[in-house]
Amino acid sequence: MRCRKCGKPAVINMRHHKLALCKEHFLEWIVEQTERFIRKYRMFTHDDKVLVAVSGGKDSLGLWDVLWRLGYQADGLYIDLGIDGGFGYSNQSKELTVAFAEERGLKLHIVDVAASYGATIPEMARLTHRGKGKPCSVCGLVKRHEMNRIARDFGYSVLATGHNLDDEAAVLFGNTLTWATGYLVRQGPVLEAAPGLARKVKPFFRFYERETAAYALLRGIKYIYDECPFSVGAKSIYYKKLLNRLEADRPGAKLQFYLGFLRAKEEGLFAQRAEEVVETLHTCPVCGQPTSAPGKCAFCRLVERVEEAKRRRELSDASP
Amino acid sequence: MPAKLILRDKTYEVPHGITIKQALKKLDISAEEVIPTREGELVTEDTRLKDGDVIRLVDVISGG
Ligand code: SF4
Ligand SMILES: [Zn+2]
Ligand SMILES: [Zn+2]
Repeated sequence: MRCRKCGKPAVINMRHHKLALCKEHFLEWIVEQTERFIRKYRMFTHDDKVLVAVSGGKDSLGLWDVLWRLGYQADGLYIDLGIDGGFGYSNQSKELTVAFAEERGLKLHIVDVAASYGATIPEMARLTHRGKGKPCSVCGLVKRHEMNRIARDFGYSVLATGHNLDDEAAVLFGNTLTWATGYLVRQGPVLEAAPGLARKVKPFFRFYERETAAYALLRGIKYIYDECPFSVGAKSIYYKKLLNRLEADRPGAKLQFYLGFLRAKEEGLFAQRAEEVVETLHTCPVCGQPTSAPGKCAFCRLVERVEEAKRRRELSDASP
Repeated sequence: MPAKLILRDKTYEVPHGITIKQALKKLDISAEEVIPTREGELVTEDTRLKDGDVIRLVDVISGG
């Protein structure tokens, strides 16, 4: 197979675009397309201060690399979750992220969850008996809260994440199976800012996971290849595999599924619900972030319960 | 000598002469979920396997 632009041997064939490209032209294509999506979906401009949430994985590091090449003011945020999994998952991904930032002279914020809140993510889940052996719900809550906090405290106007089309299509598929209208309203490549909440964008949302992986490989980005140990058996992986079976028979099916959803949303499906959601927001008296009910937010309640559980444990350890 | 396909810690042997696409199909590995590489370079799925070829498949799916 040959590159459509120059005729050299292709490194990737994107059947859904009927497009095969060589290394040079694929790298160029990803950068150009990202710029096109940022403009088309009005994500941000060169005047914005962008905070990129980086995990050490192919998508977030790839995104940060592209934004840097495009000349955006993009700093990174790494959240150290304290997950080991027998191979130092968090340590390894942190080291790769730090090395990536240093090589390019980029600014990186690091939040150490255990140092800031007294427990790692798996410890928090255990201490508060949440998640039935999987800390993912605690993890999601903490990550969301910390991203908003850093964005607000350091004056970033927009928060960018590396979600790709497969991530988005898998979430959409899950939400559609249960008709989770409350989640469907809020799903999209751009989430406008709300009081206390940063604007959120996903500049890679139209790239297939295969393309973001190819970008990282071809660019020589060293990313964490091993997955978070808690992602084993995740529903999102199951949905991705189902969607890929569809994709194999009908190239472009994943993309159409997601873009069709965005179009339907634009045409007013779910619109009324969106207003209801905004109306029910309250402000947490401790951290100032919005919450769906009056009183402390879910994150502040979690931190409180972690502290209580630790105190109780210390008391029982101290008693004879 | 057949060709080898390596995915994470598994090695599969396939006859040479077929394409990577055909080999993946034989092994029931989704072509959407891997990127084939040979000697560190990315190759497309229509590449025909030569005697003794070693193809490393990079897993692209991440979850959680
Ligand atoms: S798999 Fe679960 S615990 Fe691991 S990073 Fe993802 S959400 Fe967090
Ligand atoms: Zn080319
Ligand atoms: Zn709070």
